[in-house]
Amino acid sequence: MADILQLLVYGVVLGSILTLGAIGVSLIYGILRFAHFAHGDMMTVGAYAALVAVAAAGLPVYAALPLAMAAAAAVAVAIDRIVYRPLRRTSPMILLISSFGMALVLRSAVQLVWGPANRVYVPGIRVPYQVADVRIGVDHLVIVAGAVVLVIALHLFLRRTRTGKAMRAMADNAELARISGVDTERVVLWTWVIGGALAAAAGVFLALDTRLHPTVGWHMLLPVFAAAILGGIGKPYGAIAGGLTIGVAQELSTAVIAPVYKPAVAFAVIVVVLIVRPRGLLGGRG
Amino acid sequence: MDWAGLAGYGAFFLTMAGIYAVLALGLNVQWGFTGQFNIGIAGFFAVGAYASAIATTAPGGAHLGGFDLPVWVGLAAAMAASAVIAAAVGLLTVTLRADYLAIATIGIAEILRLVLKNEAWLTNGVRGIAGIPRPLAEMAGDHPAAILLVVLAAVAVVYLALERGRRSPWGRVLRAIRDNEPAARAAGKNVLRFRLQAFVLGSAIMGLGGALYAHTVGFISPEAFGPELVTFLVWVMLIAGGSGNNRGAVLGALAIWLVWSGTEILTGRLPPDMVTRAGAVRVLLIGVLVQVILRWRPAGLLPERSPRRDDDA
Repeated sequence: MADILQLLVYGVVLGSILTLGAIGVSLIYGILRFAHFAHGDMMTVGAYAALVAVAAAGLPVYAALPLAMAAAAAVAVAIDRIVYRPLRRTSPMILLISSFGMALVLRSAVQLVWGPANRVYVPGIRVPYQVADVRIGVDHLVIVAGAVVLVIALHLFLRRTRTGKAMRAMADNAELARISGVDTERVVLWTWVIGGALAAAAGVFLALDTRLHPTVGWHMLLPVFAAAILGGIGKPYGAIAGGLTIGVAQELSTAVIAPVYKPAVAFAVIVVVLIVRPRGLLGGRG
Repeated sequence: MDWAGLAGYGAFFLTMAGIYAVLALGLNVQWGFTGQFNIGIAGFFAVGAYASAIATTAPGGAHLGGFDLPVWVGLAAAMAASAVIAAAVGLLTVTLRADYLAIATIGIAEILRLVLKNEAWLTNGVRGIAGIPRPLAEMAGDHPAAILLVVLAAVAVVYLALERGRRSPWGRVLRAIRDNEPAARAAGKNVLRFRLQAFVLGSAIMGLGGALYAHTVGFISPEAFGPELVTFLVWVMLIAGGSGNNRGAVLGALAIWLVWSGTEILTGRLPPDMVTRAGAVRVLLIGVLVQVILRWRPAGLLPERSPRRDDDA
């Protein structure tokens, strides 16, 4: 029983990370109608941006987090302006290929600057809290609390601000939003800011939970998309349910199958969801 | 000038370009003809490489087999193994839209990589399989021209077969599905069956490419070929050459392999402390190149032409 509880804790931590990635994927799909394959590597960029602040400026990780989010948001907007925007009038598949190429560009840029070795923010081991028989690390609490704060902030943004409302309108019906006077370029800009910033947070949390490596984000792409699809792609709120479900399912699966085959769970979920319920749990875009 | 060395390098260059041409032709069936988005090329490539290695190596290794069979049996086994896996996966995923299929194929490639890495009884795990025989060894020994001939023959056979398929009613249905699926369905075509056929055929060809690679290099391991790099290079080749056009796929493979090998010569001149990062520079350059192609020449060097216009020419 304690084992299962322990796996649940790991699952919620992983689920929090996946949620932050999946919200961005879902938003970008909802607004721009293409699957953003560079999202995993945006997470990597964010994680390494925080490393700069930690290593060079000596900041603690939680203070480096906002800087990393800002940096990744700027990178995301710049990529959109330079690469994606000129391709937007072509097909979504061209954008998909382009983003697959950007994924490798970002990853090799990270590898070029920081090298291929494993890194951590702060060396050393911190003793985890022991609650009954379940171990909970300090970092785990930071990750889950950070994800909750960011999700609440996003919720307030989408519900209360004019831009947030315009964003939801555009995700529902882009044509209708445009003829109602929504400034679509502004919405697209904010989509990349939010997508990039949340990806950076996911990347920093992931690096906190495991380690920094140039491919750390790429390996998250499959579960992140699984979370977005499960929640109904295009629906940021669905991404929360999808992220937690995939995270918990992946960790619980290790009680039954060899841990190395964890990614198979995300794949199985994608296939089953798309066959049984193609619009996801919350009915996203078909 | 070391002419023998230069000729040897030339033969190796053409051999590798030929292997990539086979892979690009396989992707052309899936993406170029049918509009199926496969980012799991490396998975089928690896299945083919391992299947042929297991079939043709001498018995007594730490992996399954080897069965000491002739190389041509290994090539057939590679295509069969890739086709079987593609059929199993295809039955699950063939209904998916292109972007969902792309995500699913990432999962397929990742699972295949994990299986090859962790199931040591089958593949000898991370230590890989060595001593994979060269083709025509009893006649040509270790001569690099032997494998080159086999690879060029494979390119020719695959190219001619696919050209025939492209001009046939079968190829026409695939293009119809790609361009307007509801219309193809309304015309009474069994869209799912054609898509499954294209996926399986393309993957089998990728498996053949993997087997040719294994016999060229003689050693394979799960990490020997960067999985995403193989997939990415094949995509760049097909887009650069002209997707939908078999000649474009072959030309793209040659051109991009030339660029890729050229960047190796450039980065080889970097100071030694930069060499470990040179690989990253090369990938970065190719990544930028693909953006340039998509922006300014999206149809590739040889854009697709309808078979009827080919016949008039």
